[in-house]
Amino acid sequence: MNRRELLAAGAFAAFAAGMGAPVRANDKIKVGFIYVGPINDGGWTQHHHHSAMEMVEHFGGAVDFVYQENVPEGPDAERAITQMCLGGANIIFTTSFGYMDPTINVAAKFPNVKFEHATGYKQSDNVSVYSARFYEGRAIQGTLAGRVTKTNKIGYIASVPIPEVVRGINSAFIHARKVNPNVEFKIIWIFEWLNPAKEADAAKALIDQGCDVVLQHTDSTAPHAAAKEAGNVYTFGQAADMAEYGPMPRISSIIDNWAPYYIARVQAAMDGSWSSVNTWDGIGKGMVGIGEISDVVPADAKAEAEAMRDAIAAGEYHPFTGPINKQDGSVWLAEGEIADDGALAGLNFYVEGIEGSIPS
Amino acid sequence: MIQLEKRKEPSTFWIYATPLLAVLLTMVLGGLLFATLGKDPLMAIKTIFWDPILGEFAFYYRPEVFKKAAPLILIAIGLSYGFKAGIWNIGAEGQYIIGAICGASVALAFYPLEARWMIFPLMILAGVAGGVIWAMIPALLRVYFKTNEILVSLMLVYVAEVLIKAFSIGLLRNPDGHGFPGSRNLNQYSSSANLELFAGTGVHWGVVTALFAVVATYVILAKHQFGFFVRLTGESSRAAGFAGVNANRLIITCFVISGGLAGVAGLFEVAGPAGQILGSFPAYYGFTAIIVAFLGRLHPVGILFAGLLMALTYVGGNAAEAAMNIPSATIQIFQGMLLFSLLSVDVLTNYRVRFVAARGA
Repeated sequence: MNRRELLAAGAFAAFAAGMGAPVRANDKIKVGFIYVGPINDGGWTQHHHHSAMEMVEHFGGAVDFVYQENVPEGPDAERAITQMCLGGANIIFTTSFGYMDPTINVAAKFPNVKFEHATGYKQSDNVSVYSARFYEGRAIQGTLAGRVTKTNKIGYIASVPIPEVVRGINSAFIHARKVNPNVEFKIIWIFEWLNPAKEADAAKALIDQGCDVVLQHTDSTAPHAAAKEAGNVYTFGQAADMAEYGPMPRISSIIDNWAPYYIARVQAAMDGSWSSVNTWDGIGKGMVGIGEISDVVPADAKAEAEAMRDAIAAGEYHPFTGPINKQDGSVWLAEGEIADDGALAGLNFYVEGIEGSIPS
Repeated sequence: MIQLEKRKEPSTFWIYATPLLAVLLTMVLGGLLFATLGKDPLMAIKTIFWDPILGEFAFYYRPEVFKKAAPLILIAIGLSYGFKAGIWNIGAEGQYIIGAICGASVALAFYPLEARWMIFPLMILAGVAGGVIWAMIPALLRVYFKTNEILVSLMLVYVAEVLIKAFSIGLLRNPDGHGFPGSRNLNQYSSSANLELFAGTGVHWGVVTALFAVVATYVILAKHQFGFFVRLTGESSRAAGFAGVNANRLIITCFVISGGLAGVAGLFEVAGPAGQILGSFPAYYGFTAIIVAFLGRLHPVGILFAGLLMALTYVGGNAAEAAMNIPSATIQIFQGMLLFSLLSVDVLTNYRVRFVAARGA
């Protein structure tokens, strides 16, 4: 650290000392949230906000809640986070991958403030990371998709080529093939998380190509609307239950539920037991919810999917259990072998049977 | 019936007073907007305009305003030459993005070599070159094929946006980034980092360059023959032709200047505050700079103040969002009001309102 940085750090430290002192029992704790989208986006941000509100309700008057929405991933994020620290926040949740470096930078300047970064991989003494095992939900979607399809063509609207999305595609594909060996996947990348127009176009294109199931890793309900218009196409809610499109085309959903985690972490910050952790929870801990499977799904397929959900929740079944080959035919997981979290976290290849390549 | 009648000679006083009036008008209209949302309007205006400069945390916000203003001023200054001469480069955003990509590529090519004395200047050159090359496409098409430079430069923004997304997941992706999009962080590589030159001031190389551009442009427009040609062409292109101005050369020169400055602004941003080549890098500075240029009356000193003001509405606006839970869309509306106020006040500077009795049937 040179003199310049030292000076800057000193100025912040002087402030942080007054601000981030341990919370006493009679003090309110100030909890901040940084969102990448608007709080009513119907998907990712809305569910973080919803979960945050649940947390606030849980603690009643003991929590002072602040948030900022639509914060672009970049230099503005660093300012938004710093601003919250200056405003006296004790714990800040930064809810998008792109906030990783800004969170780490700000955390270094405010050692007494606690940070929780969603979906990243950089931790420090006062930065925890948390994410959900959405691929567990994809296994159930894959199973249902494989059972209900008549054309044996399943469409997939993929968002941004990162490991989480690739995991989802692989998990859905593996389980669709398991119940229906003739299934093929058509994947369209739109390079965005939320863009109703592009999502609708992608859905229409997939339906035109004969897909009668459309899976989505994007946040809007536009694909459902397109599917409804086309008729006889099945879809799944993403992030939200999207029950308003049930029982057809929406036949189930993956629901983000961060509330239990937020309550636990704010509680830890309150009673002084907070420490930096790396959390990756799934259906078992309730972080990933599976929306009601609607009655248009044949009863046996529904029972099969529910059994899988319960087996995953109980820890009896892991969606990435060998034998699984990579796309090029080489062995990834041997018979009975289970993928370790490290490999899953950086997953950047398709499994055998998926056509096309991951954009790069 | 209301008629607008063109004034023969708009008053010099009002030409310079209208931007200030527009700002005041925006504050009043913005205040009304905040009030309808149930937020204390005075508090909101204070949070946006006063607190970042003189409030409790000004020591943090002031440098942020400078950092935010630097790219706006750099790009707006570059655009002002062409705009004065009636040459419309609307695609500065694209030149800004390509400048960032080219500059960052140089740094990443040398990573992890420690040679700031060589790498940083090369990055600046590459940033300028990137912006100029991207600007040359609409300029040359205009000169040789008489295409419309507004459309071509604007369309190239979308091409640039797609390119930066492709680079962030392809060629420039950080190999140690766990498969996530985005390049290495140039801010954390000592040969490429565009850090503050004086601690706690926010003054990085981009800010210095912006100030230099303001002074240089002031001198060029006032004293240099090129500045004269620019002004002359803007006032009457026919007269400029008679005076020996080569119109094609002027178009190319204006695009070189605006492209180069936009490119270098992109480079300073990606090596400094932004840090990474990422799909979310484009921040619409290239478009906001158009507002800055007109708010500053295409005058370098005016642009300097307009850029600082615009940066203030960003920084203060974000502060108000967080402090008062104002929706972010409201802040964008507020910024939009600024341009609308200016345009509407401008109408009154150039036109006289006449109330004419409706003709009887």
